[in-house]
Amino acid sequence: MKTLRNYIDKIKPNFMPGGKLAMFRSVFEGFETFLFVPATTSRSGVHIHDNIDSKRTMTIVILALMPALLFGMYNVGYQHYLAVGQLSTVGFWTIFFFGFLAVLPKIIVSYLVGLGIEFTVAQWRGHEIQEGFLVSGMLIPMIVPVDTPLWMIAVATAFAVIFAKEVFGGTGMNIFNVALVTRAFLFFAYPSKMSGDDVFVRTTDTFGLGAGRVVDTFSGATPLGQVATHTGDDMVLTNIVGQPLSLLDYAVGLIPGSIGETSLIAILIGAVILLWTGMASWRVMLSVFAGGLAMAWVANTFASPTYAGSLLSPLTHICLGGFAFAAVFMATDPVTGARTKIGQYIYGFLIGVIAILIRIYNTGYPEGAMLAVLLMNVFAPLIDYFVVEANIKRRLKRAVKA
Amino acid sequence: MLSKKTRQILLGPLSRNNPVIVQILGICSALAVTAKLEPAIVMAISVTAVLAFANVIISLIRNTIPSSIRIIVQLVVAAALVIVVDQVLKAYAYDVSKQLSVFVGLIITNCILMGRLEAFALGNGPWDSFLDGVGNGIGYGLILIIVAFFRELLGSGTLLGYQVIPQIFYDWGYENNGLMILPPMALITVACIIWVHRSRNKELQEK
Repeated sequence: MKTLRNYIDKIKPNFMPGGKLAMFRSVFEGFETFLFVPATTSRSGVHIHDNIDSKRTMTIVILALMPALLFGMYNVGYQHYLAVGQLSTVGFWTIFFFGFLAVLPKIIVSYLVGLGIEFTVAQWRGHEIQEGFLVSGMLIPMIVPVDTPLWMIAVATAFAVIFAKEVFGGTGMNIFNVALVTRAFLFFAYPSKMSGDDVFVRTTDTFGLGAGRVVDTFSGATPLGQVATHTGDDMVLTNIVGQPLSLLDYAVGLIPGSIGETSLIAILIGAVILLWTGMASWRVMLSVFAGGLAMAWVANTFASPTYAGSLLSPLTHICLGGFAFAAVFMATDPVTGARTKIGQYIYGFLIGVIAILIRIYNTGYPEGAMLAVLLMNVFAPLIDYFVVEANIKRRLKRAVKA
Repeated sequence: MLSKKTRQILLGPLSRNNPVIVQILGICSALAVTAKLEPAIVMAISVTAVLAFANVIISLIRNTIPSSIRIIVQLVVAAALVIVVDQVLKAYAYDVSKQLSVFVGLIITNCILMGRLEAFALGNGPWDSFLDGVGNGIGYGLILIIVAFFRELLGSGTLLGYQVIPQIFYDWGYENNGLMILPPMALITVACIIWVHRSRNKELQEK
């Protein structure tokens, strides 16, 4: 650690104004402040800098994402070996390694494209490097199916970073959650690679690992995919080889789905990290789950075979699809969400309601969490505005009375 | 051939005074008819024709129109021309006319049309009005064609219905971008054109 610090101090003058590499100053500072907490303090006034700057915040969010990511990698391998019928012959590490190889290129592409654009823009405008993409770049690979081609992820990431973030002024200025814009772009531009039965389970080998023939009973439909195409009264959701699933299976998450979203338990570990360190708002998280449960309960009470989703219990709805992931990691994005306390309850509750509403009653979309969060992103400033106005009115009334 | 002023009337709307990307008029048809290049070109020609002749007619009778009912008179003239264009399209380009559906009829509500009649034809001679109509029509059409070019190329892999992106790309895993077919991407494409245009014409940038 000390040698690294010394090395950075040694090369630092080159990047300062007048040095021969001065044009790369923002890149240098980006790396320096990523590695070490900057020692700068306020020079005037009564401001106090918190030790936790936004780079450290991002790091903690990345840490909170790790359980879901690692589980997602294992699950990718698990689903693959289940599909080719070799699950009993391969060990834990082979399964994990397969998933690791399948997911790693997505992470690399997402970071390479996103950070590439961020660095270029920062250089070009002479800004500091903004750290916002550290989290987005990790979220993007976790919310896509395993078989989405890399070039599509690259195009979508570039689109999202430029049009959802940089044109609004960069980190902290964006209206929409960048990772979700990436997913929405992929979803609408390349629907055949983002939904359906062929993309959520990798049936081919990855870099030569795990070759095999797919078993006869295989069907790559996710539980929500099965719900979307279901007709009739009785519904039994199955895994990819036709065995029925229970609520516990949904919670553990060894089911097909986007890479990071399947395991409720892994996501809740992340939620605990976020809440314990105070990085995310528990109000948003809680109210998203409350809204989802409420809407799913209403739908379940008035269950009808026309909308197969209404046959599922509220708890099942919470476990399935990207709902929990959206609640914990997407809705709690402090930039695009509501900021007032009452606003956060409303914002979260409506996300939960709309996600389940879309999921059950719009048969065109098997899952609604992404669209719900994006929609409420638009309304977050409006909610905040009315909460603030109501507060002003209330206090004004009190002041006039007194 | 043309004096400096008339040249300005004709060529100004192509860039500095473009009805779509500077005055932000006629956006809705720019979103609606630009999924393919062919309807966009037909739409551009139709609007140019209606605009030019409506301008001339209004300019000829500008001194006899009572100011209190001028909007109604403008609408009648524009509506008559739109119906003529619609019938011509139905007779000679039925397929395109079907693709354009209501949007030919809706030329009458195109803000550019009423805007030019109100702002230019009512105060200028027929020849200048004709040039103004042609200029604005082409300025509008230009943007439509640029937007439609990118939307058809990226969204369908074709141009004017001919396959442009070679089959080998699809074999390698390339796919058409379905979002380009949807209206939101037309808006974003127009925004990109405005972005490029403003960065090249600094005097248009808002403070």
